[in-house]
Amino acid sequence: MNVMYFAWVRERIGVPSEEVTTGAVTVADLVAELSAREERYASAFADVTALRVAVDQELTTFDAPLAGVHEVAFFPPMTGG
Amino acid sequence: MAVVVQAESFDAGAELNAFSDGAGVGAVVSFTGVVRDTDGTLAVMEIEHYPGMTERAIAGIVDDAMARWALMDALVIHRHGTLLAGDPIMMVATKSAHRADAFAAADFLMDYLKSRAPFWKKETTADGSAWVDAKEADEDALARW
Repeated sequence: MNVMYFAWVRERIGVPSEEVTTGAVTVADLVAELSAREERYASAFADVTALRVAVDQELTTFDAPLAGVHEVAFFPPMTGG
Repeated sequence: MAVVVQAESFDAGAELNAFSDGAGVGAVVSFTGVVRDTDGTLAVMEIEHYPGMTERAIAGIVDDAMARWALMDALVIHRHGTLLAGDPIMMVATKSAHRADAFAAADFLMDYLKSRAPFWKKETTADGSAWVDAKEADEDALARW
């Protein structure tokens, strides 16, 4: 699946998006898997309460399932308007 | 309804005039957000967004407003990219037969665009760059609706 990062999450991880092959069942599993992979992920995901997640471009929660999902995006709370 | 997400600037007055036409229109409400330079040190404001989700999220918010109030139309313009102090960032306009619907819907649209449309602001001053933190008050404002 395509995993995207925005704002300071993108800066901390160092790429705007990447293809990730994963068997993660939920968003939280994916976060744990990435965090275990490298320090830059662990640093970005250190406090998930400071983050929001969208699955296939819909805001959701970290317990959302990933079966059949094409795109997951992580970002800080939005500051539009 | 119209949802426009663009890097280019826009002329809020011209947009408002074009939007205000229509048979039976009795009230037009608009809001224009402008890049604020609170203490005179802002060099640039960069606005990042999530192409695709941005348009979808805004259209969903506008659909909610159209379902909730007796609106004839609604317009949302939101910019991304590099902006300077005083530049227009975004604009919301609503029109209806009577003012209560137009005012309430515009207020609702602004509250939701602040916290539910995927934009992120970064301010650069002589001291460096920093992402603008979301305010708890903005999240709390959603509870009004």
